[in-house]
Amino acid sequence: MVNVIWAAMIIIGIVFAMVNGTMDKVNEAIFEGAKEAVTLCIGLISVLVFWLGMMRIAEEAGLLKKLSRLFKPLISRLFPEVPNNHPAMGYILSNMIANLFGLGNAATPLGIKAMEEMKKLNGGKNEASRSMITFLAINTSSITLIPTTVISIRMNYESANPTEIVGTTLVATVCSAIGAILIDRYFYYRRSRKRKG
Amino acid sequence: MRAMGIISLISLWFIPVLIGFILLYGTIKKVPSYERFVEGGKEGIRIAVSLIPFLVGMLVAISVFRASGALDFFMNLIRPMLEAIGVPPEIAPLAIIRPISGSAALGIMSDIIATYGPDSFIGRLASTIQGSTDTTFYVLTVYFGAVGIKKMGDALKVGLLADLVGITSAIVIVTLVFGN
Repeated sequence: MVNVIWAAMIIIGIVFAMVNGTMDKVNEAIFEGAKEAVTLCIGLISVLVFWLGMMRIAEEAGLLKKLSRLFKPLISRLFPEVPNNHPAMGYILSNMIANLFGLGNAATPLGIKAMEEMKKLNGGKNEASRSMITFLAINTSSITLIPTTVISIRMNYESANPTEIVGTTLVATVCSAIGAILIDRYFYYRRSRKRKG
Repeated sequence: MRAMGIISLISLWFIPVLIGFILLYGTIKKVPSYERFVEGGKEGIRIAVSLIPFLVGMLVAISVFRASGALDFFMNLIRPMLEAIGVPPEIAPLAIIRPISGSAALGIMSDIIATYGPDSFIGRLASTIQGSTDTTFYVLTVYFGAVGIKKMGDALKVGLLADLVGITSAIVIVTLVFGN
């Protein structure tokens, strides 16, 4: 499906440019998009190196195991395929905690490690397992206590109360996380029914 | 507002205290901390470099789609549908772009706030939507790209539907709290 969506976006874009006369903008967009992606990855190097370095120490010291034991009841219910005390659990939890505090650049490396561990659990196959989809669903609805970027933009535009949206944001994000988990469950049961039938 | 102060204090202290704690705990457990740090860091470089092609592919496709005017065209198509289910027309572009491109959404959100004012109903709603959902396409590209998942299964569908739930609940909650 990704292949079709990806190709379709570019092909439709080029056809549109032919009709609209926006070919100059499309030319620019190709190289701007590529440049932005590389800049993003270079920016990621620093946080990935730092956090994966720290997490390696935490893992060997046994901190991740301790953390996963602490939150076992919650996580094992959300991720029934992940065995207790498996390193994946520790990474899933650390990712969620980092997201909660709005530490996006710490959350990404932890999330990637969680994915890697879940891939191992899935026998190294190149398809997404049930727990991976659940993990992504929770991540895309990111529960954050303080939306810092939004607050700073509101301050820039001289809001009388830049932080007044913290409460509504939190409630909305919790709703979307619950929604994500329910939708994920629904699709899982639909898949398993199809496999049986 | 005191709770806010406590939360932002925690956010500020969290990382340095966490780093100190990991290093202290590791040293007590006799982990060769510097060597392990370097090992883990090398893995970080490998992951960042292997992500480049995934992100280049995705961002080029999205920016071509946007620059050609195709995105605007589809937004105008979807907008009446969104309005029919109660999405204010001013918010529709943000609701559509939010899962696709984080930087574009940030741009649209700033534009909405500049036009309608941060303390207007529309401004508050835009802030809540921006803060309460994430860029599903980006999260999918980075996480699946980094570990080499080719078959995404239901992940995209689940992510996009969750965004819809998030935007819907943002509209409901902002209407309840701030009125229209």
